[in-house]
Amino acid sequence: MLVINILGFALISLIVWWFWLYKPRNGMVVKGTVPITVNNGVYTPAQVRVMAGEKVTLSFLRKDNSPCSSIVQFNNLEISEELPLNKTKDISLESLEPGTYPFSCQMQMYRGELIVEGKADE
Amino acid sequence: MSSNNPNKEKILLIEGAGCASCVGKIEGALSEVSGVKTASMNFAQRTVLVTGNANEDELLGAIGSVGYQASLVKQNDTELLDEKEKSEAAYYKRLMKEMTIALALGIPLMLYGLFIGEMTVTTNPERISWLVVGLLTLGIMYFSGRHFYVGAWKSFLNHSANMDTLIALGTGTAWIYSMVVVFAPDAVPLMARHVYFEATAMIIGLIDLGLALEIKARGRTSEAIKRLIGLQPKNARVLRDGEELDIPIEDVVLEDLLRIRPGEKIPVDGVVVEGNTSVDESMLTGEPMPVKKISGDEVVAGSINKSGSVIFKATRVGKDTALAQIIEMVKRAQNSKPSIGRLADVISGYFVPVVMIIAILSALAWLNFGPAPALAFAIVSATTVLIIACPCALGLATPMSVMVGVGKAAEAGVLIRNGEALQTASKISAMILDKTGTITEGSPKVTEIQVIGDYKEEEILSLAASLESGSEHPLALAIVESAQERGLVLSKVANFEAIAGHGVEGSIDSNSILFGNEKLMDERSVSIEHYIASAQRVASEAKTPMYLAINGELAAIISVSDPIKNDSVEAIKRLQANGIRVVMLTGDNRATAQAVAEKVGISEFFAEVLPEDKSNKVEELQAQGEIVGMTGDGINDAPALAQANVGFAIGTGTDVAIESADITLMRGSLHGLADAIAISKATLRNIKQNLFGAFIYNVAGVPFAAGVLYPFFGLLLSPVIAGAAMAFSSLTVVSNANRLRLFKASDH
Repeated sequence: MLVINILGFALISLIVWWFWLYKPRNGMVVKGTVPITVNNGVYTPAQVRVMAGEKVTLSFLRKDNSPCSSIVQFNNLEISEELPLNKTKDISLESLEPGTYPFSCQMQMYRGELIVEGKADE
Repeated sequence: MSSNNPNKEKILLIEGAGCASCVGKIEGALSEVSGVKTASMNFAQRTVLVTGNANEDELLGAIGSVGYQASLVKQNDTELLDEKEKSEAAYYKRLMKEMTIALALGIPLMLYGLFIGEMTVTTNPERISWLVVGLLTLGIMYFSGRHFYVGAWKSFLNHSANMDTLIALGTGTAWIYSMVVVFAPDAVPLMARHVYFEATAMIIGLIDLGLALEIKARGRTSEAIKRLIGLQPKNARVLRDGEELDIPIEDVVLEDLLRIRPGEKIPVDGVVVEGNTSVDESMLTGEPMPVKKISGDEVVAGSINKSGSVIFKATRVGKDTALAQIIEMVKRAQNSKPSIGRLADVISGYFVPVVMIIAILSALAWLNFGPAPALAFAIVSATTVLIIACPCALGLATPMSVMVGVGKAAEAGVLIRNGEALQTASKISAMILDKTGTITEGSPKVTEIQVIGDYKEEEILSLAASLESGSEHPLALAIVESAQERGLVLSKVANFEAIAGHGVEGSIDSNSILFGNEKLMDERSVSIEHYIASAQRVASEAKTPMYLAINGELAAIISVSDPIKNDSVEAIKRLQANGIRVVMLTGDNRATAQAVAEKVGISEFFAEVLPEDKSNKVEELQAQGEIVGMTGDGINDAPALAQANVGFAIGTGTDVAIESADITLMRGSLHGLADAIAISKATLRNIKQNLFGAFIYNVAGVPFAAGVLYPFFGLLLSPVIAGAAMAFSSLTVVSNANRLRLFKASDH
């Protein structure tokens, strides 16, 4: 029983780590237009990194039939756009302050983030 | 006609173009198609913009010939809507098919378990038959539930979790446990050798059904926008080179002359140049009475020509028409979220992993403290917790109601800028109404000229009109119109100056003329004391007295009256009945303001307010703790509208989306205001019901599923019931939002 309990709590720790604590910092800093595919419950890429003050266009292509995926919203930018199926929808963002701008579907199930990096201090 | 337009643009979406070198190949292939003027590809967007009059099929064929697939991007709202409906219908059909197949296995299995036999594995023949059932269930999982597993896996890789995760884990756990029982019954205590294949099949079937019904219900939430899009006719009849041609409306250009016959929809915005008719604009403005149109009047796309045949000149086409702008604005507002939904968003963000943790804790609790067969109880409770939890209901609660509410408002001729405006409008406690143009018609008329001294009425009116001819104030227009009606000749004005909130001055034929209110006369020391009584009499009749002085001597009092709109009294009563403190605001003199206020049943008013002070008055009420709505014309009142918690601009029929306003009333009637507030209140009530329902559902459902009632009542929920509850919880939210469609604003 002890083993099972330990396994259970280990699993809980893994969930906490995988979904909340783990912060991937992989994506390269990109410029200009970034294509994002919406399919199978996820945005690909789900993390977009850009430099502060530069204009970036996120070009969403929705391939997912699910009605949940039909709207993308950037809550702290007050942007909410409908994504037509199998078509691109551009969302242009200009001169953002450094910070993290999450985007998601209306139900917060599809989730991604736009990370705006400050100019590197040289 | 359309195919001859050499600059027609088409956008193609390319699939399978994975490298930048494809660009040259695709552009090259397209430019060889006859009729193509230019073809340029945007690789990041995977689109090609083609200009010219080439045939669509040939374009798609050319792309196919170099190894890629393409589809034509539809651009206009009608086509987009058609396509959306088609894809939703296809998705609905697919889900229904998947549901049928899953339930075809799930229902007989469930009935067997309930009425015929035990779903346990004890003998070897039982192992074999359950193995067959298990494999069939695997087939169902693949055919009917693949989308859940793929979605769950993809989001897992992405460090996120969603509905799919819960469904995949729940059904997966049930299936894997059952297969362990089949393959290695000895690994499981005898009493726990139960299989749950029926749960897996039923849950998948029920959730597919729930999703399918949700799509149908969601379709109904956007009925208002569909109706607006449907107002746009597909073709227009233009007069070009002496010929009448039927052309698609995308090909109508500015300055085109168009003919409209009775019963037809007006295709683009324009000005009537020939004929007269009456037009039904109710679907745009909510104004039920047809509007008369004669030469020089504006007509708007989407309205219906009732009686006559007219020719009009196109002034706004395509995306610029009032209808296109209304559609755009409504769509935008429908997608925006008021702050009331923020908490639900935050919760949804953490929801799924939390439910996974609860499922594990619940299983551990059963294993540690549960009665035999503890393992079976642990598996059932964990599965049920995973399945019953529904973050979707929480996430849908706000947007679905906003969608219906904003659409409902648009049908009543009320354009709401965003969800936040909708939410604040529901909380308005005080409403400031500008007098001129809001409570009154805004088209004042000269009713009386009282001449003092030896002047003639015509002379006075001509002087006043000459002076006011440069001003845009509604009272000034009344004076100028009255002079024009009498055919008076206006004189040249020198040293003209407008004194805001007071009047105007200037010199005509070397006489210095002052024209304005009592304040102006006082300031310039013009003696009016003998005439104050007569001016007050005029004001008490809700007319505005204006003084004209020539070379510092009072020469006349001109009375101007602005009739109160027919339904202002009733609409103001509606606002007051809703507990709103109604306050009138005007630049007009106190006595006139009082007379108007009394007539319309307002007890509180601010008179003689300078234009720049209007926003201070809004602030004053805000300082008293009121949530203030301000209603004005949207141009002169812009700062006050911006200062108010919600700014309402009252349109004159078709001026849409007035910049400074949170809410635009398309028709002049104040009933639009009462409707807007009633609808926003109803929408917020609906959102709260949805949020409350979704919270309670999860807060009560998850512990119940975990088995908290078992120690007391011996109750444990079946995973199948949990699946049904979950599938219908989102549907309930969407259906409740749809209830708003039946709301009648005019009753409130």
